[in-house]
Amino acid sequence: MQFFGGSEISPSPPAPTVSGNNAHMMYVFNRNGVCLLYREWNRPLHTLNAQQDHKLMFGLLFSLKSLTAKMDPTSAEKGNLGVPQLPGQGCSFHSFRTNTYKLSFMESPSGIKIILVTHPRTGDLRDSLKYIYNLYVEYVVKNPLYTPGTPIRCELFNTTLDQYVRGLG
Amino acid sequence: MAPVAPRSGDAIFANVERVNAELFTLTYGAIVRQLLTDLEEVEEVNKQLDQMGYNIGIRLIDEFLAKSNVSRCVDFKETAEVIAKVGFKMFLGVTASVTNVDADGTCCSLILEDNPLVDFVELPDTCQGLYYCNILSGIIRGALEMVSMKTEVTWLHDMLRGDDVYELQVKLLKQVPEEYPYKDDE
Repeated sequence: MQFFGGSEISPSPPAPTVSGNNAHMMYVFNRNGVCLLYREWNRPLHTLNAQQDHKLMFGLLFSLKSLTAKMDPTSAEKGNLGVPQLPGQGCSFHSFRTNTYKLSFMESPSGIKIILVTHPRTGDLRDSLKYIYNLYVEYVVKNPLYTPGTPIRCELFNTTLDQYVRGLG
Repeated sequence: MAPVAPRSGDAIFANVERVNAELFTLTYGAIVRQLLTDLEEVEEVNKQLDQMGYNIGIRLIDEFLAKSNVSRCVDFKETAEVIAKVGFKMFLGVTASVTNVDADGTCCSLILEDNPLVDFVELPDTCQGLYYCNILSGIIRGALEMVSMKTEVTWLHDMLRGDDVYELQVKLLKQVPEEYPYKDDE
């Protein structure tokens, strides 16, 4: 009988939409804007140092979120532009696409933000991001020796993540 | 893509690996016992249990959110319902009920009739001030803090002290909005 086996990771990984490795990079931020994880698979151009790059990405999401909520035509109640929001409040965007890349974004009510930058023709990655959130729970949060709010240095998480993202469309 | 419906506490509970209840109860008992030995003062033990619970809560919330698909609650009463029906079921295998919601909906009670932590436990005279399950209040406080709610969680009734039920009062102090964490000149 197995007592302390790992629990199922739900949902099971969604099927890849297109085959081939086309992920560029990934960020995980916590609610305080600390970059918990940055992974890079295919990024030929670096224009900023890592810290500025993370800050820029977090700032982009922060502004875009309040902008999209402000533009929401379906909700009568909305804050003013730039006014802080509670995580998960109001409407939220989940991806945007440029002619050279696609950025997919997920935020949990606890303020964990997962950002995946991929090839512009990638399909809907919302299920995949949710799956990555589950990986984060299983391999990072449940690790008793991981201190919450610090950068993730967890081999098992990185390997599993790499494997999963490589198989991703 | 249609939004995924939140999963019920029963469904999640049925799907996770569980440990033997007695092992769980006795392990918790051993922790409390050790704290009593180490800290000597009952008050200190209460504090320590609460702190340990808090540390669990700030991690537990992510597991809870990842497995339950619960999204943002409309108000504090719904939050309490979700804790009682989904949270307690998912992690302890029991459900609680929500009562005594006050007029502005910022304070309510969670009633636990069945509490797996206290099997085999009787409070001796030397430990009268002990809140044996104080870890639970810390967990709730920690978990809610991670979803932007500062709360105060206190025990109103405790069966180990001769009451009929376990009653936890959860009081919402304030909601903390997300702020831009960097200074402009950094």
